[in-house]
Amino acid sequence: MNAGRFSALGLALLGMLGSSNALAAASTPERWQLNMTEGVTASSQIAYDAHMMVFLVCVVIGILVFGAMAVAMFRFRKSKGAVAATWSHNTTAEVIWTVIPVIILIVMAVPATKGLINLYDTRDAEMTVKITGYQWMWRYEYMGEDVSFTSRLDAESERIRQSGAVPTVADAETYLLNVDNELVLPTDTKIRFLITADDVIHAWWVPALGWKQDAIPGIANDAWTEIREPGVYRGQCAELCGKDHGFMPIVVRAVPRAEYDAWLVAQRAGNVDEVSRTAAVAAPAAGEG
Amino acid sequence: MATHAAHHDDHNHAPSGFLDRWVFSTNHKDIGTLYLIFALVMFFIGGAMALAIRAELFQPGLQLLAPEVFNQMTTMHALVMIFGAVMPAFVGLGNWMIPLMIGAPDMALPRMNNWSFWIMPFAFALLLMPLVLFLAFGIGGGGPAGGWTLYPPLSLQGGSSFAFTIFAIHLMGISSIMGAINIIATVLNMRAPGMDLLKMPIFVWTWLITAFLLIAVMPVLAGAVTMLLTDKFFETSFFNAAGGGDPVMFQHIFWFFGHPEVYIMILPAFGVVSEIIPTFARKPLFGYQAMVYATASIAFLSFIVWAHHMFTVGMPLGGQLFFMYATMLIAVPTGVKVFNWVSTMWKGSMTFETPMLFAIGFVIMFTIGGFSGLMLAIVPADFQYHDTYFVVAHFHYVLVTGAVYSIMAAAYYWLPKWTGHMYNETLGKWHFWLSTIFVNLLFFPQHFLGLAGMPRRIPDYNVAFADFNMISSIGGFGFGLSQLLFVYIVWSCARGGAKATAGVWEGAKGLEWTVPSPAPHHTFTTPPVIDDSKLAHGNVAH
Repeated sequence: MNAGRFSALGLALLGMLGSSNALAAASTPERWQLNMTEGVTASSQIAYDAHMMVFLVCVVIGILVFGAMAVAMFRFRKSKGAVAATWSHNTTAEVIWTVIPVIILIVMAVPATKGLINLYDTRDAEMTVKITGYQWMWRYEYMGEDVSFTSRLDAESERIRQSGAVPTVADAETYLLNVDNELVLPTDTKIRFLITADDVIHAWWVPALGWKQDAIPGIANDAWTEIREPGVYRGQCAELCGKDHGFMPIVVRAVPRAEYDAWLVAQRAGNVDEVSRTAAVAAPAAGEG
Repeated sequence: MATHAAHHDDHNHAPSGFLDRWVFSTNHKDIGTLYLIFALVMFFIGGAMALAIRAELFQPGLQLLAPEVFNQMTTMHALVMIFGAVMPAFVGLGNWMIPLMIGAPDMALPRMNNWSFWIMPFAFALLLMPLVLFLAFGIGGGGPAGGWTLYPPLSLQGGSSFAFTIFAIHLMGISSIMGAINIIATVLNMRAPGMDLLKMPIFVWTWLITAFLLIAVMPVLAGAVTMLLTDKFFETSFFNAAGGGDPVMFQHIFWFFGHPEVYIMILPAFGVVSEIIPTFARKPLFGYQAMVYATASIAFLSFIVWAHHMFTVGMPLGGQLFFMYATMLIAVPTGVKVFNWVSTMWKGSMTFETPMLFAIGFVIMFTIGGFSGLMLAIVPADFQYHDTYFVVAHFHYVLVTGAVYSIMAAAYYWLPKWTGHMYNETLGKWHFWLSTIFVNLLFFPQHFLGLAGMPRRIPDYNVAFADFNMISSIGGFGFGLSQLLFVYIVWSCARGGAKATAGVWEGAKGLEWTVPSPAPHHTFTTPPVIDDSKLAHGNVAH
């Protein structure tokens, strides 16, 4: 009778135990993905470990409770001639199944507390990136580097979603998870983020990095990350922000330090070109004025 | 001393005119029926919105709904289900059963009871009107689309529907507050002599505690939405940082209402299940007093956990830790309740009629929802769960396979008392099994979607999420269609069926089972003489 529920649970269990190791540095979500990614930072590992810890506790309790129910429903049926007992309370039992859960909770709270303290420690960062959420795109500013740009949904995704067609894995693997200008970051560097917004509340989230923070107009939230593996990591806005909430993704490209430094120089050079072009336009205008 | 056999037949007749009976009703049974029918209609309206959502999410790509319309569907689906289906259904059950269970002739304030109900159709007309005008006639900008949680600044970007939504919420709040006052006044003042508080049915206890929660928090919601209203129309800046206000303050105020609100939606469910399992196990509820204290503990704790809905907002570390610990703690009294239900079943003599199927389904699947709730409490993990489908899976397990299942269990359990007929047991079982298979197809895969990284409230998604979304949508349509069977069962039971006895169920105990089926229009016009052995919890030793 409860076979349907139990095998669904069993399948999920097996899947989750087996699935995520291959996905430690997954750039996009995988089809049929059952479990959280372990990610590419110490933070994402903290999140994953906390998740698996509480999940396993729940599985054990679930087996005990649902197991007891299954046994009861089989053994204590009136149709099998079961005669009901008359007892209806047991103070010792109540105390035991109050105290033991409290102990289990305390045991879980210790690593969760340590992990959270670690996630909150933004001191001693080597660089800062300011992230601003807009309806419906992100702006990234490398503080003190004079590099800043917007990052919007890429043109191909925009074309597909306007067409109403059904994208497939073959033709659109990064559908809605791609942008025109990626956030390029150096690996093995502690990076601090300042996160805010210009209009409504958004949230910046890249699962591979292991955290999300709300981007709130008028408030500067902060967070930090240190990416261990080079790669491309994709995320999405995670707070309803209006009609295109689902269409303002995030792409982080993590590269070795040297490559990042070169990229930064090229970005600044691009800015200089832009500045001098702007000045060239302004000068004749000033002359005419 | 009059015997208790004589008094039921005094005023059996309901008023004869339609207006007198239904519009001007001061009768707790008829008002209960009005609430239940209203809730059922709203359940289908909210369900239709859910099907619109699941239809769009059936495949990746945007096929059916413009994103702004999709956002209206998600917003209205929640508002309708929470305020129009679940809460009124429990009020209907409370109205019908509380006076019967305590031996009272009616609620303490019958005219206020009437007004509590009749506000609701007007409130929902206000709420639904902008959406209906837009979808059906192309008039106006549509319904609210900023989420049922109404976070500013986004909710302030809404058009004219915003004012309608706020006024509708005010009306619903007034209805709930009046109803709660009525319940407390009734339970504390109108119990028959001998019906001590610790002999009352558990359903009455859970409703009594819920009523206190309602009075405490509905005014807070009213305050929050009024501040939104003045921010939009009267140039205040409560939630506008540029004017010196704080968008996060709204979230604190809203969730100070919002968390007790979810317990308002589940405590009566606990009460229903605590009535049904002992009846069909033919064994008293295990740990009656512990169950009462656990319910009270849950209610108290529900006031100090609100910010677990806001773990990514940027709260200081100390605040995060406090709310994490307090939220984890709620698992303890909730677990006590689950263990007590299982202990009631243990060494019982069980049969599995439809009410028992729904009650057992509740215990199993609400517990699954409780597990994901415990996972959500762990803040480092929550940074990956927040605002994803993992949260959607959690709250639908506790609200659909939790609260809604308990309402259906209650309906099957008490329909014979209300109508005088037995419902069709075979069809009831079909309804249960179809619902259960489809509801799990609908919501279980959403855990995986959230863990894989799919955010909430998006009308379109990357192809990697397609497989589980398709399964979920199939589950959604199957579940929705299965509820048509429920409507048929209820309607045909009301019209006829095998005659029900007063006691209806072999193991049923309590005052409500001493009156005939259908219950006469007026019952307990003189207080019953209470025989402790006929009560479910008459033995004060436990």
